[in-house]
Amino acid sequence: MTASTDTATAAATKVRPKLGRDDWLMRMFMAVIGVYLLVTLAFPLYTMLSKSLSTFSVDLTQFAFQVDSGDGWGPELTAAELAALLPEPPYSAAEISGGSDTRLSPVDLFPDFNFRSPTRYRIRNVSEGGAFLFGSERVSDTEWHEYVSNDFRRVTMRPRATTGLDNYKGYFSTPSLFYSIYNSLTIAAISTVITVTIAFGLAYALTRSCMPFKGVVRMIAMIPILVPSLLPGIALVYLFGNQGVLKELLFGHSIYGPIGIVIGSVFFTLPHAFIIIQTALSISDARLYEASESLRASKWRTFRVVTLPAARFGLISAAFVVFNLVITDFGLPKVIGGQYNVLAVDIYKQVIGQQNFEMGAVVSVILLVPALVAFTVDRIVQRRQVSVLTARSVAYEPKPNRRFDTLCLIYCGLIAVFIVGLLGMCQYAALVKFWPYDLSLSLSNYNFDRMDGGGWDSYWNSIELGLWTAAIGTCVIFSGGYLVEKMQGFTAGRNAFHMIAMMPMAIPGMVLGLAYIFFFNDPGNPLNGIYGTMAILVICTVTHFYTVGHLTSLTALKQMDREFESVSASLKQPVWRLFARVTVPVCLPAVLDVSVYMFVNAMTTVSAVIFLYSPDTTLASVAVLNMDDAGDIAPAAAMGMMIFYTNAVARLIHLALSNGVLKRTQAWRYR
Amino acid sequence: MTEADQQAYLSIRNLTKRFGTFTALKNVSFDIHEGEFVCFLGPSGCGKTTLLRAIAGLDIQSEGSVIQAGRDISALPPTERDFGIVFQSYALFPNLTIIKNVAYGLENQKLPADQIRARVQELLNLVGLPEQGAKYPAQLSGGQQQRVALARALATSPGLLLLDEPLSALDAKVRVHLRHEVKALQERLGVTTIMVTHDQEEALAMADRIVVMDHGIIEQIGTPQEIYRRPASLFVADFIGEINRFQGVATDVGKVRIGDLELTSPRSTLATDTPCVVAVRPEDMVLSEPGGETPVNGFNAVISELEFLGVTWKVLLDSPVFGDSGLTANVSVNRARQMNLEQGKNLSVQFVAEHLHVFSMPQAS
Repeated sequence: MTASTDTATAAATKVRPKLGRDDWLMRMFMAVIGVYLLVTLAFPLYTMLSKSLSTFSVDLTQFAFQVDSGDGWGPELTAAELAALLPEPPYSAAEISGGSDTRLSPVDLFPDFNFRSPTRYRIRNVSEGGAFLFGSERVSDTEWHEYVSNDFRRVTMRPRATTGLDNYKGYFSTPSLFYSIYNSLTIAAISTVITVTIAFGLAYALTRSCMPFKGVVRMIAMIPILVPSLLPGIALVYLFGNQGVLKELLFGHSIYGPIGIVIGSVFFTLPHAFIIIQTALSISDARLYEASESLRASKWRTFRVVTLPAARFGLISAAFVVFNLVITDFGLPKVIGGQYNVLAVDIYKQVIGQQNFEMGAVVSVILLVPALVAFTVDRIVQRRQVSVLTARSVAYEPKPNRRFDTLCLIYCGLIAVFIVGLLGMCQYAALVKFWPYDLSLSLSNYNFDRMDGGGWDSYWNSIELGLWTAAIGTCVIFSGGYLVEKMQGFTAGRNAFHMIAMMPMAIPGMVLGLAYIFFFNDPGNPLNGIYGTMAILVICTVTHFYTVGHLTSLTALKQMDREFESVSASLKQPVWRLFARVTVPVCLPAVLDVSVYMFVNAMTTVSAVIFLYSPDTTLASVAVLNMDDAGDIAPAAAMGMMIFYTNAVARLIHLALSNGVLKRTQAWRYR
Repeated sequence: MTEADQQAYLSIRNLTKRFGTFTALKNVSFDIHEGEFVCFLGPSGCGKTTLLRAIAGLDIQSEGSVIQAGRDISALPPTERDFGIVFQSYALFPNLTIIKNVAYGLENQKLPADQIRARVQELLNLVGLPEQGAKYPAQLSGGQQQRVALARALATSPGLLLLDEPLSALDAKVRVHLRHEVKALQERLGVTTIMVTHDQEEALAMADRIVVMDHGIIEQIGTPQEIYRRPASLFVADFIGEINRFQGVATDVGKVRIGDLELTSPRSTLATDTPCVVAVRPEDMVLSEPGGETPVNGFNAVISELEFLGVTWKVLLDSPVFGDSGLTANVSVNRARQMNLEQGKNLSVQFVAEHLHVFSMPQAS
């Protein structure tokens, strides 16, 4: 008693702030979204990583046998000892360490085995931990079990799980697998160089010339965002494939392989690179150009000394974004890659084709490396980009120059022809009755119900997925962004939350999808019930595209006055009231951007959901892939175009909302 | 009754605020009385905004207590305190009309709609914007927006009004005009008010009392006249208004010496041989024609430069007494005409003894 009084008077009392109702509310909400991200991102990835390290092999010394051919039990021999007696090994190394599903029949150890003979066999596990199957019954004790020969053939030896780098050793000792690393890096690097160059030219023409039709060109340049990445692949098949109309242009080279992948990659990554570079170019400072002009620098010198350095960070950032998109893309190389193996397709082949989940996990981890590097570099560059802008910069206004403007228009025209041409080819092919023999038009290819892939149901499923993803994703992402940006105190929690929210951008879709199989398909997981439902598709898609929405939300929220929360609290209003009455209405444009982004991506994504759809939840984008796989290329093109038209309509609605309805709710923006 | 009157409305006791290793407020204590207008004045980074935010509960102090109207609110979140606040950025909700902005704090008090409407109109009349209610904030000028922010903060009739540099974002003319309006409004409503500012003129013009702060501590608390006339420290003397400073030494209580010049300074309490700084404001010296006997605290000087400031002349003087460092005097235009001041003219200068400030030499830090 006296002691405590003494300390109280000696030292000033530390104030422990009492948390108000709002603080509790926000912390609880953040905890909920934090747990959501942990469950839908961190835990599955961790499960996948541990899967890639777990190996299954049959330990032949773990099983002991005795044989009675009518004259009593013979000596006890292990399977390894029996195998050594044989002239050739009964099992190959691949069979022994094949994976978790391995079942080896001990019959192979006995060359004179005949299921009709009266011979009796005994088998036991030498030590605890091993197991064999009799039929589907698992036997893991160390007692002898006796079978007549007709039953003995139903016995199978099961592998044991161990943790180690064996899967990685296996991967790197299989040339057909690790060549994919080289292939992936090659096409990603080539596509990056080409795309960034083309996108820079496009952005330069649009920001530095006075050419006409800028709006149209901008719109066309954005089209590829609205289609699945495998659609340009289908178009290329029609243009340059075995029965392609322009096949001769390739001079004997095959479109199936790196050429096709690179052309298609340029198509679907162009808008991403273009947006970034255009932003970088349009923040260039006009004063620098005036200074350069007054110093009588040549145009070329101005370009090198002023334009390029200003766009430097934009170019680097665009390069890494494109690289990341190409190396993680699955749909395009699946459709047009032919025999050219890349990492993303390897994951699919390992998992769907060979049911080798562990090896799929290994390839996923390997695919994570370049993606993580690209992501990290991009984040660093983006952070430095901010400092380029100063408040006193003057916007650059291009002056008309007939020759230059014409050149720009021709250049942009060529790109527009490339984009519209590929898309138009798809639409044409979708309408043709029987390529290339009967070129009359019909809608028969839209009869999806007669094809593999789920029919029209998959289209409606995709719409449903898109709407759910947009609705749930926007709510979760924007609220999460609000908490990160506007919550008082609790800095450590907010930083951790922000870091997790940034992670999905670095995680390739294939990797996320596979991680979901491991995590949610585990019968021991209480969330196992959502496996195979629409819910898991929604959750997966929201998580997959979380980061861009998060960043969009943060950008909008950062523009809100920091003191709104303080003012509202001083007026004794709960924080949710401010959120509903001020924050959301003022940020409505950003909220709409996030939701249309989520919708469009849910419509086009293939990579993550390819592992997660069930017969009841087939998706349009997956149907494109499956119909193409089954040889129904025209219906695949038709479905791909349906996705395009749907997304185009979504974009138009978004535009109408932004311009129309917003004009009323955002009246305060106009004086 | 009388006891309650004398009791402070807001008591700050031993307030300390740390951000990591940086201490923004060091053991600050003072009282504010009901109905008072108090300014926190100091250079940027002195801790004045930190102090305001601690009082509001927006950034709660690390140690110490805040007691408002007898209630210990030290650890309470802002929603459980009783104050209204106005920020430099106005922080008006851009998507709500002026009426909705002002009504924002009245909405969940279960008031009937017409009562809210009446209250909002009353407040808009009070701040002089009776006709602007239907507009959005972006349609108003900066000064008008700040009045709306003031009306919103006053809507719930808070016991304490906090103003965080409310006039800093405005044009000079509007600022001076609004200064008077805010002061008049505060006097009319009698609401206890704290204003943070770095503008000494604003503080001198508006405050009943000024709290001068530097490096997280209070340098002086007093009325504007006290702060200006009787600065408690060299920092206060320097920060508020202009002042000439000379190094000297105390020769006895009430006596100091600068170089060879012996000065009488009745307010000096320093012991003999203490090194000190002697300070005198430019208006606290008497200039006269040279000749005659040297008055107390007098010396000869020559005009090195003249600067016209409109109502006064700024006279830069050189004197052998002060060596290289000259001194500045302010002379009214009339007096300057009478004396026919011009560059190079010799003058007799006298420091007014009771306005001579003597501070012990600051510790080298």
